[in-house]
Amino acid sequence: MASLDRIKVLVLGDSGVGKSSLVHLLCQNQVLGNPSWTVGCSVDVRVHDYKEGTPEEKTFYIELWDVGGSIGSASSVISTRAVFYNSVNGIILVHDLTNKKSSQNLYRWSLEALNKDSSPTGVIVSNGDYDREQFAENPVPLLLIGTKFDQIPDNKRNDVLTRTAFLSEDFNAEEINLDCTNPRYLAAGTSNAVKLSRFFDKVIEKRYFTRDPSQMTGFTDRKRFNFKSLHYD
Amino acid sequence: MSFLVDSVIMVTSQVLFFGFGWLFFMRQLFKDYEVRQYVVQVVFSVTFAFSCTMFELIIFEILGALSSSSRYFHWKLNLYVILLVLIFVVPFYIGYFVVSNIRLLQRQRLLFACMVWFTFMYFFWKLGDPFPILSPKHGILSIEQLISRVGVIGVTLMALLSGFGAVNCPYTYMSYFLRNVTVSDILALERRLLQTMDMIVSKKKRIAMTRRQMYQRGEDQNKQTGFWGMIKSVTSTQTSSENLALIQQEVDALEELSRQLFLETVDLQATKERIEYSKTFQGKYFNFLGYFFSIYCVWKIFMATINIVFDRVGKTDPVTRGIEITVNYLGIQFDVKFWSQHISFILVGIIIVTSIRGLLITLTKFFCAISSSKSSNVIVLVLAQIMGMYFVSSVLLMRMSMPLEYRSIVTEVLGELQFNFYHRWFDVIFLVSALSSILFLYLAHKQSPEKHMAL
Repeated sequence: MASLDRIKVLVLGDSGVGKSSLVHLLCQNQVLGNPSWTVGCSVDVRVHDYKEGTPEEKTFYIELWDVGGSIGSASSVISTRAVFYNSVNGIILVHDLTNKKSSQNLYRWSLEALNKDSSPTGVIVSNGDYDREQFAENPVPLLLIGTKFDQIPDNKRNDVLTRTAFLSEDFNAEEINLDCTNPRYLAAGTSNAVKLSRFFDKVIEKRYFTRDPSQMTGFTDRKRFNFKSLHYD
Repeated sequence: MSFLVDSVIMVTSQVLFFGFGWLFFMRQLFKDYEVRQYVVQVVFSVTFAFSCTMFELIIFEILGALSSSSRYFHWKLNLYVILLVLIFVVPFYIGYFVVSNIRLLQRQRLLFACMVWFTFMYFFWKLGDPFPILSPKHGILSIEQLISRVGVIGVTLMALLSGFGAVNCPYTYMSYFLRNVTVSDILALERRLLQTMDMIVSKKKRIAMTRRQMYQRGEDQNKQTGFWGMIKSVTSTQTSSENLALIQQEVDALEELSRQLFLETVDLQATKERIEYSKTFQGKYFNFLGYFFSIYCVWKIFMATINIVFDRVGKTDPVTRGIEITVNYLGIQFDVKFWSQHISFILVGIIIVTSIRGLLITLTKFFCAISSSKSSNVIVLVLAQIMGMYFVSSVLLMRMSMPLEYRSIVTEVLGELQFNFYHRWFDVIFLVSALSSILFLYLAHKQSPEKHMAL
C-alpha cells in the first residue's frame, strides 16, 4: 500500500515562532518572502539523500507537516488537529529563542502529538511535570530547533544557549539554533547541516530498517478505527 | 483630618485595583507572550485602576461613605487623571509602538509617534462637530469638551457590544439553534481532509522530483554544445517548467481546499461539543436562561424603538419606579428612603460588576484571537483605550439608573453635558447593532446547513 512508503515528520511549535519559514527553508532552500498565518496544516516535501556520500546512498522524500495553531486553542481545534498526528515518523519541535514561553510550551506540544488519544495533561503528566524517562524510551526521533537567533542581544546569548541545552537534554534530542531568514545557517558542511542530516537519517532508519513491532506503541486505537471506516466503503 | 483618612482609603483601593489589573494582564492576556516592555503593563493597569475608582466613587456616593467634599475632590482628581491617560498617554504609546514595528521609521521613532498623536487629536476634535453635545457657553479648553467626545466614542462602543451581546447570548445558550452533527459526519470530513493532504503531498513530490531532474540536467546542459543541442535543451526545459507551473497551480487550489475543510471540521467538532454540553445539567440550565434572555432582548429592542420613535426620554430610574409601583399599586408600605438606597446600591453594584467582568472576558477573547508576538503591545494598548472609554461612558449612562439624589454628583462632576443626547445615541446604535447581529447570525446559520448537506 502506498502509505507504507511515506515518511512523515511533524513540525510543531507555538504560533509565530517561524515554522512555516523553517519548512520553506528546509524544502525549497530559499527564504520565505511573505510569511502569513498557517490555517490547519501545510505540507512540504524535502528530498533527502540517505547516507550521503557513501555507496549506500539512496534518495527519500520526507514530508514535513507544519501544523499551525497555539497550545491553548479551543478543544474543537485540538481534536481536529489530532487527525494530522497519525503515523508520525519524526517530530521537529520549534521554539522562539526570544520568547521563553514558546520553549516551555514545547513539553505540551510533544505530549499532544505523542499521546493524542488522552487529554492534554495525559497519564504521563501530573501538575504540569513530565516524565523524562518517557522521552528517553520514546520511539519517535525528536529534533529541537530554536529560531530568531539573530534577534538575541549579545549579552543574553549565553543564558539562552544554556537554557536550550537543558531543553534538548530533557527531550533527549539534538538542537539547532538558527535564523530562518538566512540560509547560511544550514549551508552544506556546517554543524547544523550535519545535525539535520543525522536526524533525517535516524528517521529513515527507524522507519525502514528497524521493523520493530514496539515501534507501533506511539499509535492508538484511533488509527485502527480509521482503517475500519475506510474498509466500510 | 477626615480628608486625610478618606484620601488614604482612596489611595489604598487604587493600589488594590492596580494590582488586580497587573495580575489580569500577566495571567490572562499575556499568558503566551513575554512582557518585554513594562510600560505597556503599567499603562494598562493604571487605566484599569482609575476606571474602577470611578465606579467605587459611585458606590460611595450611594452608601454615603466618606465626606462629600472629599468625594467631590476625588471625583475631579480621578476624572482629570483618566482623561489625561485616555487622551494623551495611551494614544501616544499606541503611535510609538506602531511606529516601532515598521522598520523604515525606526530611527525617528519619537518624531513619528508625535505626528501620529497629533493626527489622532485632530480627528478626536473633529468628532465633536456633527453631534449636538455641547452648549456654546463652554470655552475651547474646558473639561467638558474632552469628556463629551470621550463619551460619544464610549457610548458607541457600549451600544455596539451590548447590541451584539443581547442577540448572541440567547443564540449561544439555546440548543434550539444547534444543528445535528453525528460522529460519522465528522469522520467523513476528516477523511476528506486527509485525502486532500495526501494529494497535495503526491503533487509536491512530483514537483520536487522534476526540480531535481531539472537541476541535474541543467548541469549536463552546460556540456551540450552546438546549435541543435541548444534548441533541444530549450524545448525540454520549457515543457518541464510549464508542467511545474500547472502542478503548482493545482497544489495552490488543493491547499485552499484543505484549509476550508480544516475550518469546517473545527466547526463541526465545536457544534458536537456544544450538543454534548447541552445534555448536561449545566447545559439545560443555560438553555433555560437562553429563553429568558431572548425575551429580555426582544423587550430591549422594543423599548429602544419606542424611545426613538416617540422621542421619549425616561425621567425616573427603575428603582424609584419600582418603589412607586409597589407602594402605590400593591399597597405595601415601607421606609422608602432606606430601601431606595439599598436597592440602588445592589442594582448599581450588579451593573458595575457584570459590565467589568463582561468587558474583561470579551477583551481576553479578542486579544487571544487576533494578537501575534509582534503586535501584542499595540493590541493591548488599544484594548486599554477601549476599556477606559467604555468605563467612562458607563458612568455617564449609569446616571439614568440612579435615583435623583445620587445623580447630582455625577452631573456636577461631569459638567453640563447633554445627557439626553447620549441616551438617545445609545438607543440608536443599540438598535442598529442588534438588528445587524440578527441579520448576520441568520445568514451564518442558514449557510452552514447547506454546506453540511453538500458533503
